[in-house]
Amino acid sequence: MLEIKNLSKEFQTQKSLFNSSNLTVKALQNVSFSIKKNQVVGLVGESGSGKSTLGKTIMKLLNPTTGNIIFNNIDITEYNNQQMKKIRKKLQMIFQDPFASLNPRKTIFDTLAEPLRVHSLIDKKNLNEYLIKIIQDVGLNNESLSRYPHEFSGGQRQRIGIARALIFKPQFIIADEPVSALDVSIQAQVLNLLEKIRDEYNLTMIFISHDLSVIQYFSDIVIVLYLGRVMEISTKKKLFEKPLHPYSKALLSAVPKVQSKNTNKILLKGDIPSPINPPSGCVFRTRCNYAIKQCSEITPLLKEVDGDRKVACIRDEIW
Amino acid sequence: MQETLKIDGLFTSFESDYGSTKVLEDISFSIKESEVLALVGESGSGKTVTSLSIMGLLPTNGKINQGSITLLSKKNRELNILKLSDAQFNQMRGNDVAMIFQEPMTCLNPTMTIGSQITEVILNHKKISKHNAYESMLELLKLVEIPEPELRAKEYPHQLSGGMRQRIMISIALACKPKLIIADEPTTALDVTIQAQLLELLKKLKDSVVNKTSILFITHNLGIVREIADRIIVMYAGTIVEEGLVDEVFKNPLHPYTKGLIQSLPEFNIKNNKKIQPIPGNIPSMDNLPTGCYFHPRCTFATDACKIKKPKLEKISHNRKTRCFEFSRLM
Repeated sequence: MLEIKNLSKEFQTQKSLFNSSNLTVKALQNVSFSIKKNQVVGLVGESGSGKSTLGKTIMKLLNPTTGNIIFNNIDITEYNNQQMKKIRKKLQMIFQDPFASLNPRKTIFDTLAEPLRVHSLIDKKNLNEYLIKIIQDVGLNNESLSRYPHEFSGGQRQRIGIARALIFKPQFIIADEPVSALDVSIQAQVLNLLEKIRDEYNLTMIFISHDLSVIQYFSDIVIVLYLGRVMEISTKKKLFEKPLHPYSKALLSAVPKVQSKNTNKILLKGDIPSPINPPSGCVFRTRCNYAIKQCSEITPLLKEVDGDRKVACIRDEIW
Repeated sequence: MQETLKIDGLFTSFESDYGSTKVLEDISFSIKESEVLALVGESGSGKTVTSLSIMGLLPTNGKINQGSITLLSKKNRELNILKLSDAQFNQMRGNDVAMIFQEPMTCLNPTMTIGSQITEVILNHKKISKHNAYESMLELLKLVEIPEPELRAKEYPHQLSGGMRQRIMISIALACKPKLIIADEPTTALDVTIQAQLLELLKKLKDSVVNKTSILFITHNLGIVREIADRIIVMYAGTIVEEGLVDEVFKNPLHPYTKGLIQSLPEFNIKNNKKIQPIPGNIPSMDNLPTGCYFHPRCTFATDACKIKKPKLEKISHNRKTRCFEFSRLM
């Protein structure tokens, strides 16, 4: 359904106020993967790993530097805004902070009705009925439509964010940290809602999160990103049973768990390097416990391992 | 064992033009020497207000209406915190009690080097020469595992990463080896791998350098509680709903809210291969609390009595308390 081929995204930034020479932030480098219909792909990584950039680039909210985005067998990489308008009906996004993405001066009714008006898809008579159905689908009552964003709690606002993404009955939703800003008990409600609408609306999804347990709960395929590169792509089951890439291993072991005390944590050295000047060779080598000399020379390619997983690491003996 | 901190019947409220809003109601607990106590709850439950009440850092409209907070100072004197003058408070803060905040960037002075910020604390509380203060500052930086401490000491906060800045905050908190450290969501703003490093560091320091110090660890992350704390207090809508040893509470929660929290975790449901079971409803607003038990509108165990009568925090066993009429149904 969606295919990403060698996608890279670079940002230009000025060195300093007084120095006009440019620096290049390599936010994404050579990312390739594909998603089948009805799959949920989890994107996981720490800050600066390029998760959100990837989501926004697929939506074409950002233009890719190189590479191709193929949606429903159509290459949309070069599409302009006018052409994207059609695609975006099928391709929607849910953001992390629903307050920042809702217009505070508009009632929920107006916010939800606006895209329908822009695309002149529905006549006034049916509009009300349609919005009531959508708002009930996300578990809010009819009166919510006449209220303003500030009258809702964080969880309810996220439900509105989801309702807005559903307006066009899309085929594909990119959810960028949809539950990160919510309290645990509310997070569970929203996760359940996302699961429900995934089934009801027959959705294919990209689910971006830094929270591994949420990813584990929600996705079928997991992509582990680090400094803009894919470290490992795997089915959820295999990844959580036995992560292969040293970064996946460390990331999974770093999560504090309620059910058992985590005794053999793999601690990583140091901090995440800056994407302005990523390490040569394997970007993870500066923090990797298994790094050898060759890791600084060879940029590891994604290698296929037993059919449904790929790992970018040259040291297969330690997997 | 001695109690480092004892809070008894604390009521705190925020005053505004529209009247007064209760934010803490009848908070009582104590922390023993060298114990790590976790204070857990969702946003608005009163975790942070509790810590600010202890530190005397409530905003100007915050008011403590009732109760007492007693701290055992380093000289083993009992300090009644609510009766301290500003000068005495300044003596206490940093020396007897230190605090680590969530966002180190807003707590560090952006115009001072790391080194001078740490030395400032040392010079303030200890009568030592500048040179010795510099030496102990370097010692502290080594303790929190900052590489090249001499170089880092000359840097400004913005030159450091989030994890490094939090290490600096920890070193400032440790500077006077306080009796009590309050850590308010110290790892929430950090990435998991950096969080793991910091938790490991805190545990190490706890076992070696400050083994007599008690830690009040405020967090919403139950996984971290499991990893670092001895005892746990669960808060809901400004009250304590459950208290006990971490292992016991997680194994058999005796308040429906605690049980609900644990069952809302994706982790819990993956292992048991169940659909996530959220707590229904929303966290109530503090201006508009339900009658009876504050949790009853969201509670699956609620009876008619819960709608009218307010349950008390009752002692169930030696170190276990719960605020629920129906707790025996959870046993």
